[in-house]
Amino acid sequence: MALSPIRDPRLYQIMALSGVLAFGWTARAFEIDPLQFAAVVITCCAVQWLGSFLIASRADFKSALVTSLSLTLLLRADAIWPLVAAAAIAIFSKFSIRLGGKHIFNPANIGIVTMILLTDAAWTTPGQWGTAVWFAMALAGAGLFVTYRAARIDVPLIFLGSFAALMIVRALWLGDPLSIPLLRLQNGALILFSFFMISDPKTTPDGAISRAVFAFGAALIAFILNFNFFNSDGIFYALFIMTILRPLLEWLDPAPHYRWGDPAPPLKFPVRLKPKTAAPHPAPAE
Amino acid sequence: MTRSLKKSLFAAAASVAALTLTGGAVAFCGFYVAKADTKLFNKASKVVLVRDNDRTVISMANDYQGELEEFAIVIPVPVVLEEEQIHVTENAILDHLDAYTAPRLVEYFDEDPCMVYRRYEESAVMSAAPDEAVGGARQKNSLGVTVEAEYTVGEYDIQLLSADQSGGLAQWLVENGYKLPEGAEPVLESYIKQGTKFFVAKVNLEEQSKTGLKYLRPLQIAFESPRFMLPIRLGTVNADGKQELFVFALTRTGRIETTNYRTVKLPTGMDIPLYVKEEFGAFYKSMFETQVKKENERAVFLEYAWDMNWCDPCAADPLSRDELRELGVFWIDGGEPGIQPRRPMPQAQDVFVTRLHVSYDATHFPEDLMFKETGDRSNYQGRYVLRHPYTGDATCEAADDYRAGLPKRFEKEAQTLASLTGWDIEDVREKMAGADQSFEPPKKTPWWKRIWGEDKKDT
Repeated sequence: MALSPIRDPRLYQIMALSGVLAFGWTARAFEIDPLQFAAVVITCCAVQWLGSFLIASRADFKSALVTSLSLTLLLRADAIWPLVAAAAIAIFSKFSIRLGGKHIFNPANIGIVTMILLTDAAWTTPGQWGTAVWFAMALAGAGLFVTYRAARIDVPLIFLGSFAALMIVRALWLGDPLSIPLLRLQNGALILFSFFMISDPKTTPDGAISRAVFAFGAALIAFILNFNFFNSDGIFYALFIMTILRPLLEWLDPAPHYRWGDPAPPLKFPVRLKPKTAAPHPAPAE
Repeated sequence: MTRSLKKSLFAAAASVAALTLTGGAVAFCGFYVAKADTKLFNKASKVVLVRDNDRTVISMANDYQGELEEFAIVIPVPVVLEEEQIHVTENAILDHLDAYTAPRLVEYFDEDPCMVYRRYEESAVMSAAPDEAVGGARQKNSLGVTVEAEYTVGEYDIQLLSADQSGGLAQWLVENGYKLPEGAEPVLESYIKQGTKFFVAKVNLEEQSKTGLKYLRPLQIAFESPRFMLPIRLGTVNADGKQELFVFALTRTGRIETTNYRTVKLPTGMDIPLYVKEEFGAFYKSMFETQVKKENERAVFLEYAWDMNWCDPCAADPLSRDELRELGVFWIDGGEPGIQPRRPMPQAQDVFVTRLHVSYDATHFPEDLMFKETGDRSNYQGRYVLRHPYTGDATCEAADDYRAGLPKRFEKEAQTLASLTGWDIEDVREKMAGADQSFEPPKKTPWWKRIWGEDKKDT
């Protein structure tokens, strides 16, 4: 289906994530081998193409590219195969694990979680983005724009807000200086996750209330995993758990499915640009 | 002189023993020349972290210089330790590990430019101490402090405390001769609320004199905990400038890194001017300080990451099995029964070593260091290269090109050194010129000399 590129938030997401990758390569001396990146992109696009072919739909590579970038930015490995495996799992899950016309798992998330759970060959680097305030701000700024375009600005705000609140309450209770929760909040990986992974419109609930519950739930689980179970990958597991619960949330709070290019929140734009039923939904997996 | 070290709460014991090194072996990665070990840095603490799954063994040493009776430490620990979980080891093993992992200076000698060049690849590619139980009277006192256990291990009198609140603990510590720096109470409170116990130790002078040593030996503790971290907050309370900490991790899967701070690899593999051979220590210190500033004083630096089976070039031999076991590497087969049940082991040592160096204070490192083990087994070493120009007689055309290229190469070395260390480039150039690295373009041999002159001289 034809979608004006300017309306498709994925375009902005690709631009923002590419910028982050370029920054990582140049200023942060990231250990991302261009070969690894290429392998991830090729795998994602190939599996996307294959999946689309099998369900007789037109392959749209924008989502595959977003997943490639997210994986490259958040997952590390010495070899190429763990990243290729994560990429294949990520895209394959979109076509194979579905319920109610939507895929269940956030593609990059399931790729990361599967690899870090099952092997030692891939790992995340929560500290590698550093805690520079300007970087966190720039990332959040770009993220706000992208999630606004994707009508999901509430997700990162509720997720980060709840996570921050929980950490601040913890610090106050412990009598710790606030510089400790602040340091955690400035973490580039957390910001990246909040604005570019958990806020994926296709794997967040469509209803505003269920979405809020979704974001808060993820924050709570991430907090508990982080501070009670000392698991530094808490955010990824938290999202994984919440995406499993998402169908239930959506069943309790039904709403029309999001389509790429849907306009930003109805509060700001009360008049929908297109009647809800005007166009058939796009191919189920994209 | 009691000084603030008495108050410096984290880390233990003195390191005096100097280990003679077997350097200088010829190796593929250059001839080993010198190393920059932890002794370069004042007030440095050394901590060895052995970890696999939740099992952790920590060895702690610092260069405590004060009176032995003044020495006291308070270490937050996740659980009350039994006597067998505490041990005292020898400095020599930590020194060996320090030497093995130290950033190194290597040198190459250029070949005769008239020969066919061969390119060098530059790929960086518990012996029981006299233990004596004093008995653990588990009784909560009026301050809400419970002495969960008391032991004398080696030269240390050790108590394991749990506390209800920091005020009581602080008072208890003061009453028992521990000097608490101002501002320590809130930190203690935070640890208490997180369910932490406290390991406190002083020197038992009688036992100490039996050791016949003038210094304190490193303390070791073994425990199981999901928390993979090092408590540094108490050490930052009495901010007496920055503290230097070296973390040596011995793990099974791969390199470790910090999750709440960036772990940054130090620049490595650069060609630097020859005169640095005489001042490698000063070079390394300046370079480290420059990098710390460059990362806004908030980074943890990787100095070494390598499979414990080998090294290239070696600043010291890899640690032996017995040494590794003494440090608490419980998964390898030692010569004697260790702290953990043994399992069958493959031939290789299966130990990956990570050396981290952090210069920290409360402002830039408000939170304890949190670690994670990664699957990264790629080798990294801090390695700096001296490249000696060919000084022999060479008159071929290639030799002219070679000599003409030298000033450019020296200039690059000067710039590398200046940017790594922040040293003034004019000083660097001057020192280089004084050390046979002249920037003057060499006189070209007239072409005709090569027609007949060569014939006469050579064959």
